[in-house]
Amino acid sequence: MSIVAQRRRKGLTQFANSFRQDRTGMTGLVILAIFITTAILAPILIPDSALDVTKADGGRFESPSFSYPLGTDEVGRSILLMLAWGTRISLTVGLAATLISMVIGTSFGIMAGHFRGVGSQALVGVTDWFLVIPFLPLAIVLATVLGPSTLNLIIVIGITSWAGTARLIRAQTLSIEGRPYLERSKALGAGNWYQMSRHVFPNVFPLVLANTTLTVAIVILSETTLSFLGLGDPGAPSWGALLDRAFSSGAVSRGAWWYVLPPGICVVLVVLAFTLVGRAMERIVDPRRAS
Amino acid sequence: MLPGDPIGLYARGRNQDPEQLVELRRALNKPLLEQFLTYLRNPFDSTIDSTRFSRPVWEMIGERLWPTLLLLGTAILLASIIGIWIGIRAGWKPGGRFDRISTGTTLILYSMPEFWLGMMLLIVFSVGAFGIPGMFPVGGISTPGVDTSSPMGWLNVLWHLVLPCTTLVLIYLADYALVMRSSLIDERKQEYLTLARAKGLRDAMVRKRHAVPNALLPTVTLIFLSLGFVVTGAITVETVFSWPGLGLLTYEALRGPDIPLLQAIFLMFSIAVIVANLIAELLYVVFDPRVRS
Repeated sequence: MSIVAQRRRKGLTQFANSFRQDRTGMTGLVILAIFITTAILAPILIPDSALDVTKADGGRFESPSFSYPLGTDEVGRSILLMLAWGTRISLTVGLAATLISMVIGTSFGIMAGHFRGVGSQALVGVTDWFLVIPFLPLAIVLATVLGPSTLNLIIVIGITSWAGTARLIRAQTLSIEGRPYLERSKALGAGNWYQMSRHVFPNVFPLVLANTTLTVAIVILSETTLSFLGLGDPGAPSWGALLDRAFSSGAVSRGAWWYVLPPGICVVLVVLAFTLVGRAMERIVDPRRAS
Repeated sequence: MLPGDPIGLYARGRNQDPEQLVELRRALNKPLLEQFLTYLRNPFDSTIDSTRFSRPVWEMIGERLWPTLLLLGTAILLASIIGIWIGIRAGWKPGGRFDRISTGTTLILYSMPEFWLGMMLLIVFSVGAFGIPGMFPVGGISTPGVDTSSPMGWLNVLWHLVLPCTTLVLIYLADYALVMRSSLIDERKQEYLTLARAKGLRDAMVRKRHAVPNALLPTVTLIFLSLGFVVTGAITVETVFSWPGLGLLTYEALRGPDIPLLQAIFLMFSIAVIVANLIAELLYVVFDPRVRS
């Protein structure tokens, strides 16, 4: 095993050990594990017919009972089963959109920090523009033009939520740029791509990872909001779409709290869990907080 | 910038004259700068109608502006006062009981979709659930038929304002309290506080006179910078409470989709956010002499 690989493995073990001692971080991880298991097992445990409007067997807006632990919706489907399916969609959208956002944010951040001159200034300008522009109106305009579908939702959220990451990564890149090993590799004739991929990226990576976890939390909230406004796939029962349906079917004025409360609790738990894990990771890897 | 065929969208389901379509396409092929200027001018042009309401876009925005300013202004004011107060108490004794409880609560509020909180408040306090009688209206800005310029009318509006405003205050204060707390914690390590204590100042005086004014800076800036985030809350919460402001107008425009109206609203929100950012920069110079040099 090379020295680098050994050192990386040692760093990883150290990270795992510090993380295990962080109580709030571990709580978040346990909550996440439960939701991810639900998302993976949903298609095995729950028949497709649970989502089929024509095969709904309950009454309209039935309050929680033994056969429907969380009651039924406006056409008589079990809310508990829809919620479990929703976990799958909300988490998929959350993770996929975060991936897009991280790829754009990290590459913009590293390039803006590595290069000098007009190009770098342009990158910073674009980043600032995306930071300042209000997220929801921009996302609404994009989603309206692209049309409602889960894939479009992922794209819209991904390309509107990377600016914060880019700024963070740029700041970190700037501090790495001044280190002697980068100067050494420049002196030995390393190209821009080599410097960025071999030296800068591995060094900003822990921060990227911590930031990813925090971004997932924000992205899931964005997904809920956009789906609530009817900009997601109408057929996919994500948590936001469930809330949209509850709202437009009049569950609120009927006092059908069992239709509104559970999707919201799920969103809060997942977002909170990602935030707790992300903050714990940040405490371990962020050099500015390590004192 | 945006993909899709605006002409196709515009002409969808109508019998359009082919010549008219050609003319529309020619308008779209004008130089970009000219198109951009037209885009900037359009919302102010009294002849541009909303495709859904057949009324000038600018007029509709004008009459929806005041309810939004009332709701958001009240909510931001209350949220910043309460949020900063919580942040100071929590940040001065980090790890204490107040800090643990308030940080837990604010983190949960921070993770909440604001419209969901609004829906829950509606179910509990205006429809009535869990044994609590409904005591607040289900939506709108005033009871139909009430003259809103009379003192009774004002009370009526206030009564309608309670639930949407509470929703927004709870969501916004989470952000403010978290930032105030962390900037006060950063400030606690500074040497001038040790000096103030060494001079024999009481703890409360050290906090009030020395730590808080400095820790306030980032928080005040954040309150102005968070306006983009505030807009998000306005759109969904106004929808839930049918509050007749710009947010509800956005939702109505979306259901069309009413592109001219959406464009004008988007421009309006962007201008508001940029102005708020500018104010934040200027305030920073006023409050922090260190930046001036």
